[in-house]
Amino acid sequence: MSEHIASRKIYYFVFGSLLVLTLLTWRIAYIDLGAWNMVVALFIAIFKAGLVATFFMHLRWSASIMRLVLFAAVFWLAILITLTMGDVLTRHAVTKPQPWQASTTISRTVAVTGQR
Amino acid sequence: MPNSHAIVAEQFDDREQQHEAASLGMWIFLGTEIMFFGGLFAGYTVYRNLYTTAFEAGSHLLNAKIGALNTAVLICSSLTMALAVHAAQTGKRKRLMGFLVSTMVLGGVFLYIKFILEWLHEYRDGLAPGLHFTYSGPQASHVALFFCFYFLMTGVHALHMIVGEGIMTVLLIMAWRGKFSERSHNHIEIAGLYWHFIDIVWIFLFPLLYLLGAHF
Repeated sequence: MSEHIASRKIYYFVFGSLLVLTLLTWRIAYIDLGAWNMVVALFIAIFKAGLVATFFMHLRWSASIMRLVLFAAVFWLAILITLTMGDVLTRHAVTKPQPWQASTTISRTVAVTGQR
Repeated sequence: MPNSHAIVAEQFDDREQQHEAASLGMWIFLGTEIMFFGGLFAGYTVYRNLYTTAFEAGSHLLNAKIGALNTAVLICSSLTMALAVHAAQTGKRKRLMGFLVSTMVLGGVFLYIKFILEWLHEYRDGLAPGLHFTYSGPQASHVALFFCFYFLMTGVHALHMIVGEGIMTVLLIMAWRGKFSERSHNHIEIAGLYWHFIDIVWIFLFPLLYLLGAHF
Protein backbone atom coordinates (compact mmCIF):
# COMPACT_ATOMS: atom_id res chain seq x y z
CA MET A 1 0.00 0.00 0.00
CA SER A 2 1.30 3.42 -0.88
CA GLU A 3 0.19 6.85 0.29
CA HIS A 4 -3.36 7.99 -0.21
CA ILE A 5 -3.99 10.67 -2.81
CA ALA A 6 -7.00 12.70 -1.70
CA SER A 7 -9.48 13.89 -4.28
CA ARG A 8 -9.25 17.60 -5.02
CA LYS A 9 -12.99 17.93 -4.43
CA ILE A 10 -12.39 17.38 -0.70
CA TYR A 11 -9.83 20.19 -0.67
CA TYR A 12 -12.25 22.62 -2.32
CA PHE A 13 -15.00 21.60 0.09
CA VAL A 14 -12.74 22.09 3.15
CA PHE A 15 -11.57 25.42 1.74
CA GLY A 16 -15.17 26.61 1.32
CA SER A 17 -16.08 25.49 4.85
CA LEU A 18 -13.06 27.33 6.30
CA LEU A 19 -14.04 30.57 4.55
CA VAL A 20 -17.67 30.28 5.70
CA LEU A 21 -16.57 29.60 9.29
CA THR A 22 -14.20 32.60 9.20
CA LEU A 23 -17.06 34.81 8.04
CA LEU A 24 -19.30 33.33 10.74
CA THR A 25 -16.81 33.82 13.61
CA TRP A 26 -16.15 37.39 12.45
CA ARG A 27 -19.84 38.33 12.30
CA ILE A 28 -20.71 36.63 15.61
CA ALA A 29 -17.98 38.64 17.34
CA TYR A 30 -20.05 41.81 16.84
CA ILE A 31 -22.99 40.40 18.79
CA ASP A 32 -22.62 40.80 22.56
CA LEU A 33 -22.94 37.34 24.12
CA GLY A 34 -21.00 38.19 27.27
CA ALA A 35 -18.57 35.45 28.25
CA TRP A 36 -19.99 33.23 25.49
CA ASN A 37 -18.29 35.32 22.76
CA MET A 38 -14.94 33.73 23.59
CA VAL A 39 -16.44 30.23 23.97
CA VAL A 40 -18.12 30.39 20.54
CA ALA A 41 -15.01 31.89 18.89
CA LEU A 42 -12.74 29.20 20.37
CA PHE A 43 -15.17 26.42 19.46
CA ILE A 44 -15.21 27.59 15.82
CA ALA A 45 -11.40 27.94 15.85
CA ILE A 46 -10.96 24.39 17.18
CA PHE A 47 -13.36 23.08 14.52
CA LYS A 48 -11.44 24.94 11.76
CA ALA A 49 -8.11 23.65 13.07
CA GLY A 50 -9.59 20.14 13.05
CA LEU A 51 -10.62 20.52 9.40
CA VAL A 52 -7.13 21.70 8.40
CA ALA A 53 -5.39 18.90 10.33
CA THR A 54 -7.75 16.16 9.14
CA PHE A 55 -7.85 16.95 5.43
CA PHE A 56 -5.11 19.43 4.42
CA MET A 57 -2.57 17.72 6.69
CA HIS A 58 -3.81 14.25 5.64
CA LEU A 59 -4.37 12.99 9.20
CA ARG A 60 -7.47 11.15 7.99
CA TRP A 61 -5.29 8.93 5.81
CA SER A 62 -2.01 8.83 7.75
CA ALA A 63 -0.72 6.17 10.11
CA SER A 64 -2.24 6.51 13.58
CA ILE A 65 1.13 7.38 15.14
CA MET A 66 0.81 10.90 13.61
CA ARG A 67 -2.50 11.34 15.43
CA LEU A 68 -0.84 10.08 18.60
CA VAL A 69 1.90 12.73 18.32
CA LEU A 70 -0.69 15.47 17.81
CA PHE A 71 -2.79 14.17 20.71
CA ALA A 72 0.27 14.08 23.01
CA ALA A 73 1.20 17.68 22.15
CA VAL A 74 -2.34 18.99 22.62
CA PHE A 75 -2.70 17.02 25.86
CA TRP A 76 0.51 18.56 27.23
CA LEU A 77 -0.71 22.01 26.23
CA ALA A 78 -3.97 21.29 28.08
CA ILE A 79 -1.96 20.38 31.21
CA LEU A 80 0.03 23.61 30.91
CA ILE A 81 -3.05 25.81 30.62
CA THR A 82 -5.23 23.90 33.11
CA LEU A 83 -2.65 23.82 35.92
CA THR A 84 -1.62 27.43 35.32
CA MET A 85 -5.21 28.64 35.39
CA GLY A 86 -5.93 26.37 38.37
CA ASP A 87 -3.30 28.36 40.24
CA VAL A 88 -4.27 31.82 38.97
CA LEU A 89 -8.01 31.40 39.48
CA THR A 90 -7.70 30.13 43.06
CA ARG A 91 -5.44 32.89 44.36
CA HIS A 92 -7.50 34.93 46.80
CA ALA A 93 -6.51 37.97 48.77
CA VAL A 94 -5.65 37.03 52.37
CA THR A 95 -8.64 37.72 54.63
CA LYS A 96 -8.43 39.53 57.95
CA PRO A 97 -6.80 37.16 60.44
CA GLN A 98 -9.04 35.62 63.13
CA PRO A 99 -8.10 36.23 66.80
CA TRP A 100 -6.46 32.84 67.33
CA GLN A 101 -4.34 33.41 64.22
CA ALA A 102 -3.35 36.80 65.52
CA SER A 103 -2.24 35.35 68.84
CA THR A 104 -0.26 32.63 67.05
CA THR A 105 1.52 35.33 65.07
CA ILE A 106 2.36 37.21 68.25
CA SER A 107 3.68 34.15 70.04
CA ARG A 108 5.77 33.29 66.95
CA THR A 109 7.21 36.79 66.96
CA VAL A 110 8.10 36.30 70.61
CA ALA A 111 9.69 32.97 69.88
CA VAL A 112 11.80 34.40 67.07
CA THR A 113 12.91 37.67 68.62
CA GLY A 114 12.79 36.63 72.26
CA GLN A 115 11.28 39.99 73.24
CA ARG A 116 7.93 40.92 74.74
CA MET B 1 22.83 3.36 -11.11
CA PRO B 2 23.03 6.61 -13.10
CA ASN B 3 20.46 8.36 -10.91
CA SER B 4 22.50 10.06 -8.20
CA HIS B 5 19.62 10.50 -5.76
CA ALA B 6 18.03 7.13 -5.04
CA ILE B 7 14.30 7.35 -4.37
CA VAL B 8 14.52 5.18 -1.25
CA ALA B 9 17.42 6.00 1.05
CA GLU B 10 19.36 2.94 2.13
CA GLN B 11 18.16 2.98 5.75
CA PHE B 12 14.54 2.40 4.65
CA ASP B 13 12.88 -0.80 3.42
CA ASP B 14 10.52 0.86 0.97
CA ARG B 15 8.93 4.14 -0.11
CA GLU B 16 6.08 3.84 2.34
CA GLN B 17 8.35 3.46 5.34
CA GLN B 18 10.43 6.41 4.16
CA HIS B 19 7.29 8.48 3.69
CA GLU B 20 6.01 7.66 7.19
CA ALA B 21 9.36 8.42 8.78
CA ALA B 22 9.46 11.82 7.07
CA SER B 23 5.88 12.69 8.14
CA LEU B 24 6.47 11.47 11.69
CA GLY B 25 9.58 13.62 12.01
CA MET B 26 7.61 16.66 10.86
CA TRP B 27 4.71 15.91 13.21
CA ILE B 28 7.09 15.65 16.18
CA PHE B 29 8.60 18.99 15.20
CA LEU B 30 5.08 20.44 14.99
CA GLY B 31 4.46 19.01 18.48
CA THR B 32 7.38 21.10 19.76
CA GLU B 33 5.91 24.06 17.89
CA ILE B 34 2.61 23.57 19.72
CA MET B 35 4.59 23.75 22.98
CA PHE B 36 6.40 26.86 21.75
CA PHE B 37 3.24 28.77 20.84
CA GLY B 38 1.46 27.14 23.80
CA GLY B 39 3.57 29.10 26.29
CA LEU B 40 2.45 32.35 24.65
CA PHE B 41 -1.18 31.20 24.59
CA ALA B 42 -1.02 30.24 28.28
CA GLY B 43 0.50 33.62 29.18
CA TYR B 44 -2.15 35.36 27.13
CA THR B 45 -4.90 33.39 28.93
CA VAL B 46 -3.54 34.36 32.36
CA TYR B 47 -3.33 38.09 31.65
CA ARG B 48 -6.58 38.22 29.71
CA ASN B 49 -8.18 36.77 32.83
CA LEU B 50 -6.53 39.30 35.13
CA TYR B 51 -7.13 42.39 32.95
CA THR B 52 -10.18 41.44 30.89
CA THR B 53 -11.47 44.97 30.27
CA ALA B 54 -8.04 46.32 29.30
CA PHE B 55 -7.51 43.42 26.87
CA GLU B 56 -10.91 44.04 25.32
CA ALA B 57 -10.12 47.75 24.99
CA GLY B 58 -6.78 46.90 23.35
CA SER B 59 -8.39 44.40 21.00
CA HIS B 60 -10.98 47.01 20.09
CA LEU B 61 -8.19 49.22 18.69
CA LEU B 62 -7.24 46.54 16.15
CA ASN B 63 -8.96 46.38 12.78
CA ALA B 64 -11.01 43.15 12.83
CA LYS B 65 -11.89 43.57 9.15
CA ILE B 66 -8.23 43.46 8.11
CA GLY B 67 -7.71 40.51 10.46
CA ALA B 68 -10.57 38.60 8.83
CA LEU B 69 -9.21 39.46 5.37
CA ASN B 70 -5.78 38.15 6.34
CA THR B 71 -7.35 34.95 7.70
CA ALA B 72 -9.01 34.44 4.30
CA VAL B 73 -5.69 35.09 2.50
CA LEU B 74 -3.96 32.49 4.65
CA ILE B 75 -6.73 29.93 4.09
CA CYS B 76 -6.36 30.49 0.32
CA SER B 77 -2.61 29.85 0.64
CA SER B 78 -3.38 26.64 2.52
CA LEU B 79 -5.60 25.52 -0.35
CA THR B 80 -2.91 26.23 -2.95
CA MET B 81 -0.39 24.36 -0.76
CA ALA B 82 -2.73 21.34 -0.54
CA LEU B 83 -3.13 21.48 -4.33
CA ALA B 84 0.67 21.71 -4.71
CA VAL B 85 1.01 18.49 -2.70
CA HIS B 86 -1.67 16.92 -4.91
CA ALA B 87 0.19 18.03 -8.05
CA ALA B 88 3.41 16.54 -6.66
CA GLN B 89 1.67 13.25 -5.85
CA THR B 90 0.34 12.99 -9.39
CA GLY B 91 3.68 14.04 -10.90
CA LYS B 92 2.51 17.28 -12.54
CA ARG B 93 5.64 19.40 -12.46
CA LYS B 94 4.26 22.62 -14.00
CA ARG B 95 1.15 22.57 -11.82
CA LEU B 96 3.33 21.97 -8.77
CA MET B 97 5.49 24.99 -9.60
CA GLY B 98 2.40 27.10 -10.26
CA PHE B 99 0.85 26.23 -6.92
CA LEU B 100 4.13 26.77 -5.05
CA VAL B 101 4.38 30.24 -6.58
CA SER B 102 0.75 31.04 -5.72
CA THR B 103 1.32 29.89 -2.13
CA MET B 104 4.38 32.16 -1.91
CA VAL B 105 2.49 35.10 -3.40
CA LEU B 106 -0.43 34.67 -0.98
CA GLY B 107 2.04 34.38 1.91
CA GLY B 108 3.62 37.60 0.67
CA VAL B 109 0.22 39.32 0.56
CA PHE B 110 -0.39 38.20 4.16
CA LEU B 111 2.96 39.61 5.30
CA TYR B 112 2.38 42.87 3.40
CA ILE B 113 -1.00 43.34 5.09
CA LYS B 114 0.50 42.40 8.46
CA PHE B 115 3.54 44.68 8.36
CA ILE B 116 2.53 47.60 6.17
CA LEU B 117 -1.21 47.91 6.73
CA GLU B 118 -1.23 46.89 10.39
CA TRP B 119 2.07 47.14 12.28
CA LEU B 120 3.16 50.40 10.65
CA HIS B 121 -0.29 51.84 11.24
CA GLU B 122 -0.30 50.77 14.90
CA TYR B 123 3.20 52.16 15.39
CA ARG B 124 2.10 55.54 13.99
CA ASP B 125 -1.01 55.47 16.18
CA GLY B 126 1.20 55.13 19.23
CA LEU B 127 0.28 51.57 20.10
CA ALA B 128 3.77 50.05 20.11
CA PRO B 129 4.88 49.54 23.73
CA GLY B 130 8.51 50.49 24.33
CA LEU B 131 8.84 52.33 21.02
CA HIS B 132 5.93 54.68 20.65
CA PHE B 133 3.09 54.20 23.08
CA THR B 134 0.74 57.15 23.58
CA TYR B 135 -2.49 55.42 24.59
CA SER B 136 -3.81 57.32 27.61
CA GLY B 137 -7.19 55.73 28.31
CA PRO B 138 -7.97 53.84 31.52
CA GLN B 139 -5.57 51.03 32.50
CA ALA B 140 -3.05 52.20 29.90
CA SER B 141 -0.30 49.94 31.26
CA HIS B 142 -2.51 46.86 30.92
CA VAL B 143 -3.49 47.86 27.39
CA ALA B 144 0.27 48.09 26.72
CA LEU B 145 0.53 44.50 27.97
CA PHE B 146 -2.10 43.44 25.43
CA PHE B 147 -0.07 45.07 22.67
CA CYS B 148 3.08 43.31 23.91
CA PHE B 149 1.24 40.00 23.42
CA TYR B 150 -0.14 41.20 20.09
CA PHE B 151 3.25 42.15 18.64
CA LEU B 152 5.03 39.11 20.07
CA MET B 153 2.45 36.54 18.92
CA THR B 154 1.86 38.00 15.45
CA GLY B 155 5.61 38.65 15.14
CA VAL B 156 6.60 35.06 15.94
CA HIS B 157 3.85 33.88 13.59
CA ALA B 158 5.13 36.18 10.82
CA LEU B 159 8.67 34.86 11.43
CA HIS B 160 7.36 31.34 10.78
CA MET B 161 5.76 32.62 7.56
CA ILE B 162 9.08 34.13 6.43
CA VAL B 163 10.82 30.80 7.13
CA GLY B 164 8.01 29.11 5.15
CA GLU B 165 8.64 31.45 2.21
CA GLY B 166 12.31 30.42 2.30
CA ILE B 167 11.35 26.74 2.27
CA MET B 168 9.03 27.37 -0.69
CA THR B 169 11.84 29.07 -2.60
CA VAL B 170 14.11 26.04 -2.12
CA LEU B 171 11.28 23.67 -3.15
CA LEU B 172 10.56 25.77 -6.22
CA ILE B 173 14.18 25.55 -7.34
CA MET B 174 14.17 21.79 -6.69
CA ALA B 175 10.93 21.39 -8.64
CA TRP B 176 12.34 23.48 -11.50
CA ARG B 177 15.34 21.17 -11.65
CA GLY B 178 12.96 18.21 -11.82
CA LYS B 179 13.83 16.67 -8.44
CA PHE B 180 10.27 15.55 -7.71
CA SER B 181 8.10 12.84 -9.24
CA GLU B 182 5.07 10.70 -8.37
CA ARG B 183 7.50 8.43 -6.57
CA SER B 184 9.54 11.07 -4.77
CA HIS B 185 7.90 14.13 -3.22
CA ASN B 186 8.26 13.84 0.56
CA HIS B 187 9.84 17.31 0.72
CA ILE B 188 6.71 18.91 -0.68
CA GLU B 189 4.45 17.00 1.64
CA ILE B 190 6.25 17.82 4.90
CA ALA B 191 6.66 21.46 3.84
CA GLY B 192 2.89 21.37 3.36
CA LEU B 193 2.43 20.11 6.93
CA TYR B 194 4.51 23.05 8.20
CA TRP B 195 2.57 25.58 6.12
CA HIS B 196 -0.82 24.24 7.27
CA PHE B 197 0.39 24.36 10.88
CA ILE B 198 1.14 28.09 10.52
CA ASP B 199 -2.40 28.47 9.20
CA ILE B 200 -3.78 26.70 12.30
CA VAL B 201 -1.82 29.02 14.62
CA TRP B 202 -3.36 32.02 12.86
CA ILE B 203 -6.84 30.45 13.11
CA PHE B 204 -6.42 30.75 16.90
CA LEU B 205 -4.66 34.13 16.91
CA PHE B 206 -7.41 35.78 14.89
CA PRO B 207 -10.27 35.42 17.45
CA LEU B 208 -7.99 35.82 20.49
CA LEU B 209 -6.43 39.08 19.32
CA TYR B 210 -8.90 40.70 16.91
CA LEU B 211 -12.37 39.56 17.91
CA LEU B 212 -12.04 39.91 21.68
CA GLY B 213 -13.21 43.53 21.74
CA ALA B 214 -15.31 43.66 18.58
CA HIS B 215 -18.70 43.63 20.29
CA PHE B 216 -18.61 47.11 21.82
